[in-house]
Amino acid sequence: MKDLLIIIPAYNEQGRVGRVIEDVHGALPGADVLVVNDGSSDGTAEDAAQAGATVLSLPVNSGYGVALQTGYKFGVRAGYATIGQIDADGQHRAEYLTAMLEALEQHDADLIVGSRFLGEDGHYKPPFARAIGIGLFAHLTSSITHEHISDPTSGFQLMRSRVARLFCSEVYPTDYPDADVLILLHRTGYRVREIPVQMRPSPGKSMHSGHTGPYYVYKMLLSIFVTLLRRGVKVIPQAKLAP
Amino acid sequence: MISTNLRIVAIAGSVTLLMFIVELVRRRRLKEEYSVLWVATALALLLLAVWGELLRDLAHFIGADSQASTLYFFGLLFVVFLLLHFSVRVSNLERRVIVLVQEIALLGERDRRIPQVEDLLVSEPRERNGTQNAGRYAPLLRQ
Repeated sequence: MKDLLIIIPAYNEQGRVGRVIEDVHGALPGADVLVVNDGSSDGTAEDAAQAGATVLSLPVNSGYGVALQTGYKFGVRAGYATIGQIDADGQHRAEYLTAMLEALEQHDADLIVGSRFLGEDGHYKPPFARAIGIGLFAHLTSSITHEHISDPTSGFQLMRSRVARLFCSEVYPTDYPDADVLILLHRTGYRVREIPVQMRPSPGKSMHSGHTGPYYVYKMLLSIFVTLLRRGVKVIPQAKLAP
Repeated sequence: MISTNLRIVAIAGSVTLLMFIVELVRRRRLKEEYSVLWVATALALLLLAVWGELLRDLAHFIGADSQASTLYFFGLLFVVFLLLHFSVRVSNLERRVIVLVQEIALLGERDRRIPQVEDLLVSEPRERNGTQNAGRYAPLLRQ
């Protein structure tokens, strides 16, 4: 059984992704790093391979969720016990991965989310419209899951392999995995916990550029609603996932 | 009451449509699965043509003012169903494309990890089931 895999979904992150990989290796020397190159048109894959990561390249650009799920499939099939994910643009700071790993072990949780809003240092101030969106979904997610969720849009996460296994199945929303994923986990009986992290300001266009606008709000509300309608999510056995 | 001429034209038209659909399925230009809605429509048209009073009764039943608008209403309903059907199919196709894209990426990585045929060739020839395997790939090597 392998220990820890950190997934980095990357789309056109040449010049940035290498630094993130080095940071992850620095914070967690024992971890394997997997970069899922989402059909980049630049040298993301070469950069990542040079920095010592395993690289999976999607033949066409398929979006953040699809890239992430590819990473989960890789991790589950390779038998990793713990799987984490961090953005390729350098927004997430790899040094918090150690704290997230400790939290996963201590709190008997299945998924740890790094939250920008936990702990009232107020270092992160999103634009007004976005703050309303995040606030709305944080409130909604918290009241549905009965857990305090302050940052449901955070893609800075660490999970046990059983959670990744669930994410490999069809119930995982590959278009915009977000607050609906946390609700899905709650419905399945897995525990989600947040720990406070600091993030760097996002360097402009990222894979999450779809994270604003009316479609995002509509999609998330619908997705949460149908997740609540679905009953008894069945976790597929490991054997079915093997190629 | 519709005229005999109109009835003949309507019957001929719907029978032609039905035959055309069956022919498309026979030539595998249209999958059986997709033919269902079309066959149902052709049969409904045929039924309306043969049984002249049906459209009148139907219009009366749904409270429509005219038989023509009743026909348009059901025609539109059919188109909406067809579009919905295609949306479902497209969603399904998209889901399958995602799975394939992911598998290609995963296979690509495995491809790099697994020793290639060329690497296997330089390794020791093995005996299996008593037969000599040595030289099995020799023709490949010579190229």
